Amino acid sequence: MSLVVLGQREGPVGVVEVLARTPEGTAACGAAVGRLLRPGDVVLLGGELGAGKTTFTQGLARALGVEGAVTSPTFVLVHSYPTKAGWDLVHADVWRLQQLQEVIDLAIPELIEQGAAAVIEWGEKAAPALPSDCLHVAIGYDEEAPGAELPGPAGAEGVRRLELKATGPGWEGRLGELARHLAGGQP
Amino acid sequence: MKVLAIETSCDETAAAVVEDGRRLLSSVVSSQSALHKAFGGVVPEVASRAHLELLGPVVGEAMQRAGTGPAELDAVAATIGPGLIGSLLVGVSAAKAYAWSWGLPFVGVNHMEGHLHAAFLEDPKLSLPTVVLLVSGGHTMLICMQGGDDGQVEYRLMGETIDDAAGEAFDKVARYLGLGYPGGPAIERTARDGDPTAISFPRGLAGAGYDFSFSGLKTAVVRYVRAHPEVWVADVAASFQEAVVDVLVAKARKAAAEVQARAICIGGGVAANSALRRRVEEICRADGRAAFIPSRAMCTDNAAMIGATAWYRLRSDGPTPLDAPVDPNLKLPLV
Repeated sequence: MSLVVLGQREGPVGVVEVLARTPEGTAACGAAVGRLLRPGDVVLLGGELGAGKTTFTQGLARALGVEGAVTSPTFVLVHSYPTKAGWDLVHADVWRLQQLQEVIDLAIPELIEQGAAAVIEWGEKAAPALPSDCLHVAIGYDEEAPGAELPGPAGAEGVRRLELKATGPGWEGRLGELARHLAGGQP
Repeated sequence: MKVLAIETSCDETAAAVVEDGRRLLSSVVSSQSALHKAFGGVVPEVASRAHLELLGPVVGEAMQRAGTGPAELDAVAATIGPGLIGSLLVGVSAAKAYAWSWGLPFVGVNHMEGHLHAAFLEDPKLSLPTVVLLVSGGHTMLICMQGGDDGQVEYRLMGETIDDAAGEAFDKVARYLGLGYPGGPAIERTARDGDPTAISFPRGLAGAGYDFSFSGLKTAVVRYVRAHPEVWVADVAASFQEAVVDVLVAKARKAAAEVQARAICIGGGVAANSALRRRVEEICRADGRAAFIPSRAMCTDNAAMIGATAWYRLRSDGPTPLDAPVDPNLKLPLV
């Protein structure tokens, strides 16, 4: 079991905390979010370099039936994938952007209005340009977690603590279901 | 046939005049990397504004160095994708305007196909099949260039990255280690004083087909440095570079053996890396294959390769309509 749900707090700001022991766990967490994703939704991903933001998005995209490789959008800033349900999944990375105006220039708010769902890496700095009802996902290295002994071999990926936080009623109402999905025996 | 070519897909503003797809009459590249250094990466808005300011003078200089006026040109070409949308638009809009006002055909060129043609420009004897390792900030691909039934060159994708591009890993690790931007030259410089065997970083997807993965390597570097804050940064840079080059070279070698390639060719910004260039030469010598290692200027972004490709595209597909849009996610035409 690579995913452990640590707990869920409800409103005013609902939070679900999860421990992922492997990259597959991080992807499974993304898949659980993906199963609840609807057109117009925004997921903001945070966490330092190598934390697993793209891995999370790969799991999320697969749960939506996105075919082919989901790769890092750092270079071209935005990738767009058609989902099985017919709407588009927008995967953006605003790591390199300096100003809010540049987020607006990427037309992400318009894409969401037109019925796409967006997952945005380093999303905090894009937040002011986006709907306030978002799911914030913070992915952190957890070196203290049981089984995360350090120093490990250089190749080990380590344990991650994921904090999934709803910032509005749209996601608040789905957190309970999300926690159930997460606990539901993902690989 | 003389083609004026423009390339503005990322942070280089470039123009060139190329004759018959092979003869380079001029090539001018104005790098913006000093401009982006302070930000640790290309900033799209900064890039498009800089393209706008630089393009006129760069085109003027390319024409002057080639001793060519508009009347002697036969076509105007520009990179139409992939790249940053704002940057692409500057070059493509300018090229369309030149083409329209001079009454010449416009040719939209795929930037990646341009990298594949860069080798032809310097060595027209390139024989097929050739395995091309295309490694840049946005791409990591192994492509087999082969002769098709109709005599045209075909591209077959053998493998590509499933997460980060190799150049992206260089940029991100350089930034994490505080070495600056662009990451490739910064890591290479620092690695000279380090021991490439000091740390055994993971070789992503080693032995598993031709796809690449650099995301785990990036994570391993971050975790190693967090656990060993006293580590010598040159050792980290050298060991990281070794891990990237190892995987690139091993997969290119295996791919070349599988298709019985005559040669291995490298292209893209990461192909300017000395360690990669040396290792590709070594394995080709050992295996009895030719190694096509374009000059560094031809590996990094330039307009000469766009001019060379435009000539082939114009002959096989004809001109590109003036209302053709830019495509930031444009893919290579593969078989």
